[in-house]
Amino acid sequence: MSGDIAKAFARAKARGEGALVAYAMAGDPDLPRSVDVFTALVEGGADIVEVGVAFSDPIADGPVIQGASERALKAGSTLRRVLEEVVPEVHRRCPETPLVIMTYVNVIMAMGEERFAKLARERGVSGAILPDLPPEESGALRATFDAAGVDLIPLCAPTTPRARAEAIAKDARGFVYCVSVAGVTGMRAELPPDLSQRLDLVRNASPVPVVAGFGISSADQARTLSAHADGVVVGSAIVRAAHADGPQAAKALCAEIKRGLKR
Amino acid sequence: MNTETAAGRFGRFGGRYVPETLVPALMELEEAYAAARADPTFDAEVARVLREFVGRPTTLTPARRLTESWGGAHVWLKREDLAHTGAHKINNTVGQVLLAKRMGKQRIIAETGAGQHGVATATACALFGLPCEVYMGALDVERQALNVFRMRALGAVVRPVESGSRTLKDAMNEAMRTWVSQVSDTHYVIGSAAGPHPYPTVVRDFQAIIGKELRTQAQAAFGKLPDAIVACVGGGSNAIGVLHPFIGDASVRLIGVEAGGHGLDSGQHGASLTLGSEGVLHGSRSLVLQDGDGQIQEAHSISAGLDYPGVGPELAHLAKTGRMEVRTATDDEALAAFYEVARMEGILPALETSHAFARGKELARELGVGKYLVINCSGRGDKDVATISARGVPPAVGVKA
Ligand SMILES: Cc1ncc(COP(=O)(O)O)c(C=O)c1O
Repeated sequence: MSGDIAKAFARAKARGEGALVAYAMAGDPDLPRSVDVFTALVEGGADIVEVGVAFSDPIADGPVIQGASERALKAGSTLRRVLEEVVPEVHRRCPETPLVIMTYVNVIMAMGEERFAKLARERGVSGAILPDLPPEESGALRATFDAAGVDLIPLCAPTTPRARAEAIAKDARGFVYCVSVAGVTGMRAELPPDLSQRLDLVRNASPVPVVAGFGISSADQARTLSAHADGVVVGSAIVRAAHADGPQAAKALCAEIKRGLKR
Repeated sequence: MNTETAAGRFGRFGGRYVPETLVPALMELEEAYAAARADPTFDAEVARVLREFVGRPTTLTPARRLTESWGGAHVWLKREDLAHTGAHKINNTVGQVLLAKRMGKQRIIAETGAGQHGVATATACALFGLPCEVYMGALDVERQALNVFRMRALGAVVRPVESGSRTLKDAMNEAMRTWVSQVSDTHYVIGSAAGPHPYPTVVRDFQAIIGKELRTQAQAAFGKLPDAIVACVGGGSNAIGVLHPFIGDASVRLIGVEAGGHGLDSGQHGASLTLGSEGVLHGSRSLVLQDGDGQIQEAHSISAGLDYPGVGPELAHLAKTGRMEVRTATDDEALAAFYEVARMEGILPALETSHAFARGKELARELGVGKYLVINCSGRGDKDVATISARGVPPAVGVKA
């Protein structure tokens, strides 16, 4: 356990707020300017920052993040460059904010699990989310990450049966990422009615904080969910705002969602 | 003989690398498939449909003029081109759609490259009365217009995919994304022996009918097992289907032929067994074409069905362990083979299949006179006439001016 993530949740809780986990794509529109986007997320109130690393075949992502991945790849983004040119600078500017890498397992395998974990930790990464690595496949990789002090954050889905969800939660590192909808990333006008119940179930079983993600884009949604979760993840809405109107728009969106998270 | 070293694992390859949302569906599929296999009425139903509707067993045809021309082993052809819809793909779709019905699924989705799997899925859906959606790369929609029409005629919806290389890889991405959002009532019919566990096993088992028939037919035709069997390799379903029943027969050489595209040095090919490295694509760990940063590279082949940067995990294992030999054939070699087979045997093979034929001559000569080489004729070439005829037709021979 890196411990950084737990501290960030504790700070938000102490302020009477749910945590905002904010996602943006490293390298969109290019590597240096994405540093400004990440910084803006923290200025807007993000408690944890997810650093997206582009993959050519993002099967868990909807059109907004697919578009960002394509732009980032065109701009020359690679895991190595993100760890060298983006993460250290964001970490320097926002030393309190845990950084979590979000990418697909093939990108990590290509660098080598051990090399990644060591380098990531050195550069200031606290955790990683790999949406195509379910628990059955993650044993060896998680042991490697544990040894380096990088939390492998597990995901729970709407289709995950109760006992499996509890098992995932009990054994979690960092936080549990509850996927709100059966589907890919992207904004949704409505979230499923049983989401709060699922969050309660996972939260009861989990020793670490639980957040809801996928589809969340408004303060209202954040307010509703904050009664059942320790925080929310906002991705596509931020990526879209940053792409359309730059870092300040992403910052404003974070600030607005953060208002919804005040208890 | 079983190359499955653990459930869904073939040596280092295989597994289930998918979003958590899909894991329960894959477990459900695995259980439903095991239950179906344990139920003799299921196998009987599949066998009945293959016999009555698909036209199985497909014949084993002696290729007399090719044998003579190549001057080596006796060449025989396993005629999957004669299966209903014109390729081996129907063996798998009949099985999977029957399985989906058994599981109570309401809708079917599929990806397709050449369109043969899409047509075969649309056909099975029409036969069993299920709605069908097929994801197809926009480039493939252009180059396989005949099959696009066939799918639509059969009542399927064809969804062109504009992302990435606009080919099979991207169609599969989109089909997986759709499945994630409709997983409770939808079955995803994967068309090759690739994807997350249990697909490589399920597809292989349904396609193994090819090799099982061949065993019996070879004994009847020439009194022994073939000395070598060759198949083209895209995702690997026709290859694993014809080869799998022979893995335990050390006397039988197993050969796969991949797309050499513009040549292995050109960087434009589909040779994932030959030049790929270990990685995860579309839910399994296998050999994939990728750069040093783990980004999947675009494949290239004149044949849409081989235009794929990955390959099924069991073939990767067979190739790595040396049980299967791997060769490649370029676009030009496949085209030449297409005409050679057309004019010597009266068969228009699919461009995918033409890759297997392209290595036939050298294999027949390596084996030598008196040996038996079986080429898996995975499909017919009607779907490819636009691509092929655009390059001009060689003049007829032996006809008076
Ligand atoms: C006739 C034919 N052969 C071969 C293939 C390649 O697929 P696989 O390697 O799964 O047999 C295709 C795919 O579309 C095909 O249509």
